[in-house]
Amino acid sequence: MGYKLRVESFRQALAIIKKDLRVELRAREVYGTVLLFAVMVLLVFSFTFVDDGNASVLASSGVLWASLTFAGMLALGRVFEREGEGGTMQGLLAAPVERWALLLAKTSGVAALMLAVEVAVVPLVGVLFGAPVLAYPAHLAALVVLGTIAFSLIGATFSGILLGSRMRAVLLPVMLIPIAIPALIAGCKGTAALFADPASTAIAWFWIKFLLGFDAMVGVVALWVFESLVTE
Amino acid sequence: MNRSAIGSLVFSMLALMTAVAMLAAPYLIVAKAPLAYELFINQKIFYYHVPAAWAMLLSVLVCGSASIGYLVGRADWWDDVAAAAGRLAVVFGLIVLTTGPIWAKAAWGVYWTWEARLTTMLVLWLTFVAYCFLRRHGDSRTERLAAGLAVFGMADAPLVYFAVSFWRTQHPGNWVVPSLPSSMLVPFLVSMGAFSLLWAMLLATLVAVRSGERRLRRLAFRLGQPDPLEQS
Repeated sequence: MGYKLRVESFRQALAIIKKDLRVELRAREVYGTVLLFAVMVLLVFSFTFVDDGNASVLASSGVLWASLTFAGMLALGRVFEREGEGGTMQGLLAAPVERWALLLAKTSGVAALMLAVEVAVVPLVGVLFGAPVLAYPAHLAALVVLGTIAFSLIGATFSGILLGSRMRAVLLPVMLIPIAIPALIAGCKGTAALFADPASTAIAWFWIKFLLGFDAMVGVVALWVFESLVTE
Repeated sequence: MNRSAIGSLVFSMLALMTAVAMLAAPYLIVAKAPLAYELFINQKIFYYHVPAAWAMLLSVLVCGSASIGYLVGRADWWDDVAAAAGRLAVVFGLIVLTTGPIWAKAAWGVYWTWEARLTTMLVLWLTFVAYCFLRRHGDSRTERLAAGLAVFGMADAPLVYFAVSFWRTQHPGNWVVPSLPSSMLVPFLVSMGAFSLLWAMLLATLVAVRSGERRLRRLAFRLGQPDPLEQS
């Protein structure tokens, strides 16, 4: 099962990403709905954790990652639903595109969408919970980006596999969340270390390294599984 | 003697050895192993909890490996082994997750704590519950979907084993076993052996049942009969 690492494949992946971006910019429906959903989840959690009129800072990292998880699930559902509707996935699979290029393109699309949502949600957490989001921006950004990559990779792999399955909407969370939990724990604990008083960049740095390793492992497994399973 | 006769003989011997070991283990544990300081009777759960955890991790590894074998070779036998191992992972995992809290209440005062090893064990167990769920309720591509999930689940398994070393947490360290006095070590090793034999026997039984079902279905299909195993 050799992977052909040709420049052509990267160009193909880029073309698919551009296509997805163009469709999304025209309709702007997925970004809007996912962002709104993330904000709603955040609001619900804010009310849950409010004590004496102030929402707890301790809860903020957990709430951030929980709302990102739910928003990510919605994003995955919507992105692949659109592929299924147009029958584009079958077209892409029939075309002479390397499987890993397809996975790269889909992962990038979902990750880009989630990052665009996070750009809005993270400051909102700072505002609603009084969390010091600007204190260690580089560490926080690293945690969020690496966690998003892990989630997008696993999500894109499973969504691609489940395309055409009757029970996709039910099976996706059931399959995705247990596998993605290590990334969520790492992101959450790292963020909590940054939001704590006093903040611990050492702990955050440990979790960043953990996420790097996790992303690498997930990348390898996802590539191999995607290759084996999406062959019809 | 032909192959199936040899197979039956081996299986019978395995069953006999398992029976002897499973009878010897409780006797040794109750009668011969000394009471531990502080925890007394409660410590004896250790003799079941650890072997069950070992059996569960073994099941996870076998399920993952067999799933890889199935994805590469598409032979039915790999799928049977993977399905059997997946079920055993859930069963032994349930033993671990029920005996653990019983011990924990006595030792730590709480039934559950969200520390690294417990959390990762729970996540792993949930992954394989999802695996069995997929197998029961999925549609035509279930075998390969489940195989993909099992591969991801197996990649998660090392996290469980190294959790204690990396995160220095409350759960007794991996280094407990070599430090056991011989009066405790012997019953412990017997219990480990008994559980391993039990695991092997259960796996062999489940695989035999599944391949028998498969042959029956094929035979019925060839004769133009309806599926005899279909629940009406």
